[in-house]
Amino acid sequence: MALEREKHIAERALLTMDDVQIIDLYRRMVLIRRFEEKTAEMYSRGKITGFCHLYAGEEAVAVGAIAALYDKDYVVSTYREHGHCLAKGAAPRAVMAELFGKATGISRGHGGSMHLFDANLRFMGGYAIVGGGLPIAAGLGLAVKYREEPEVVCCFFGDGALPQGAFHESLNLASLWKLPVVFICENNFYGMGTMVQNAICQEELYRFAEPYKMPGVRVDGMNVLEVYQATVEAAARAREGDGPSLIEAVTYRFRGHSMSDPAEYRSRREERIWQERDPIKQLRRKLLQDRRADENQLTTVETEVNAIIEDAVRFAEESPEPALDTLGKLVYVEDDGTAQS
Amino acid sequence: MEVTYLAAINQALHEEMRRDENVFVMGEDVAELGGAFKVTEGLLEAFGEDRVIDTPISEALIVGAGVGAAVLGMRPVVEMQFSDFISCAFDQIVNSAATLRYRHGGRAACPLVIRAPSGAGIHGALFHSQNPEAWFTRVPGLKVVAPATAYDAKGLLKAAIRDNNPVVYFEHKRLYRSVREDLPEGEFVVPIGVAELRQEGRDLSVITYGGTVHQVLDAARILDKEDKVSVEVLDLRTLLPLDREAILATARKTGKVLVVHEDRLTGGIGGEIAALIAEHAFDALDAPVRRLAALDTHTAFSPPLEEYILPNTNKIVEALRSLAAY
Repeated sequence: MALEREKHIAERALLTMDDVQIIDLYRRMVLIRRFEEKTAEMYSRGKITGFCHLYAGEEAVAVGAIAALYDKDYVVSTYREHGHCLAKGAAPRAVMAELFGKATGISRGHGGSMHLFDANLRFMGGYAIVGGGLPIAAGLGLAVKYREEPEVVCCFFGDGALPQGAFHESLNLASLWKLPVVFICENNFYGMGTMVQNAICQEELYRFAEPYKMPGVRVDGMNVLEVYQATVEAAARAREGDGPSLIEAVTYRFRGHSMSDPAEYRSRREERIWQERDPIKQLRRKLLQDRRADENQLTTVETEVNAIIEDAVRFAEESPEPALDTLGKLVYVEDDGTAQS
Repeated sequence: MEVTYLAAINQALHEEMRRDENVFVMGEDVAELGGAFKVTEGLLEAFGEDRVIDTPISEALIVGAGVGAAVLGMRPVVEMQFSDFISCAFDQIVNSAATLRYRHGGRAACPLVIRAPSGAGIHGALFHSQNPEAWFTRVPGLKVVAPATAYDAKGLLKAAIRDNNPVVYFEHKRLYRSVREDLPEGEFVVPIGVAELRQEGRDLSVITYGGTVHQVLDAARILDKEDKVSVEVLDLRTLLPLDREAILATARKTGKVLVVHEDRLTGGIGGEIAALIAEHAFDALDAPVRRLAALDTHTAFSPPLEEYILPNTNKIVEALRSLAAY
């Protein structure tokens, strides 16, 4: 099993990180979890509306992968992107305000949950069309390569994107042109309610790397250190000009596809099994066990995160609605184009 | 020097690539072969393989990769070999490119040009003859242009490349080598969003663009000579945003308007133009706004059938005579 083969890489990651870095991984995962829990609460209270897909359970993938990147590297994501956006450094205030549809949101309230975007942070967008982000990632990689810049593009997508043409077009091109892209498939076993084996002829998704002549690995997506180490290696390869890689992170979403999905297509027993493998609890245990942190430190982190999330909600609630007259201003760049970007 | 419509596009690409090293060309067979129609011929030799790039046959990817490069400040000019194939890239155009700035709260730009050789009349049949502009003229965030002359082909492409918004540039295949004119030496740009009065007239107005502009001008000459009817011809040049002022001005001036396009009648932009005039210049009309467009069917291969389906000079003459007699 690929999973067994890759087990050792978590240990390798531990050796390369100091305590501050490891505790920071913990902090980021807790931040996303609390953010998502608070989002669910605000949703059920009617403060957040629309379509909303939570990342709880999958935190190790975003946090592990993005921790392996430099700040200047690019991230492209999906509609389940609160976690990626926060892991890339977005202020919880700006993301929460966006979910509330407020003017202070990261997209000024025009995008909502599924369309977070902040080019300054090099978070190049959540794409709410399944597979839609992959060609964008290839294009970012093309621009980086053309300018001979050292950045890497990290592109997240779900198992549901694999049957899309855009997946195959993008992997083919990225490999053909040796683009600096790390493709990370978050395999949470369900494309909405359809199980992977009912949608994809090859259930071991990392094997799609082989026909596209790139390295493919399957990692435990509930183990932040495994994801981190696999991404370190894939990013180094991309940065050295050796082209893309495909990482399949096997993970599980703790809630339904969206806020309106009770996930009746899967058993409560299955959910319990995965909840026992909660990536945050796993790392917590590991840190205490290896004496990389003590109980006191971790509790402090949790308390601090709680305060940050409370502050984000307060900020979102108190922020103004977007003014109606901003609406037309965001559609086109208004200059005549004679100025160069 | 006389330059064809095709050569004018080629000149625009050369000039803009010389002017700005962020401009690059990408598409199927655009480099080594110089494009299916030779529109990009000579670019590879002049600018090298880093800037003139052959891609696999992956239209969604070609546009999507263009979006990705554009958001980092590159100015990609991507080619759909035939505009019929643009349907494969539809998601990336309407969902990724058109919304990019909006999704980013107005803080990012997508300076992308999508060149799309369009149009019938060359026996290409169903999948090599389409005029899909109306799929895009209702998408906020895009601009859509459709030049009819060599001057506009060059000037509009240069403007499109410099524009900070995604522009879909429809170039009519039948005009590539059939239309030519003397182009001025030196730099010129045709502004996007501005229609051009091709011919002033008193009695009737025709509003048209792209492949039917020259047929309309021929028809106008026939009416002038044989019927002593003076026809004003407005070439839209840009379909999104529409030059509403120019449309309403000619409608108000003559009171009788015929809209002509090679795209199909139903759902074509002619309906939008007729509605605009009905809403804003109803009081000036002496007749209902009329439309002449391709029949609501697919483009047939059989030459007589194709001829029957498409607008042509004779059909335009008939429509104008009927409108004049109203």
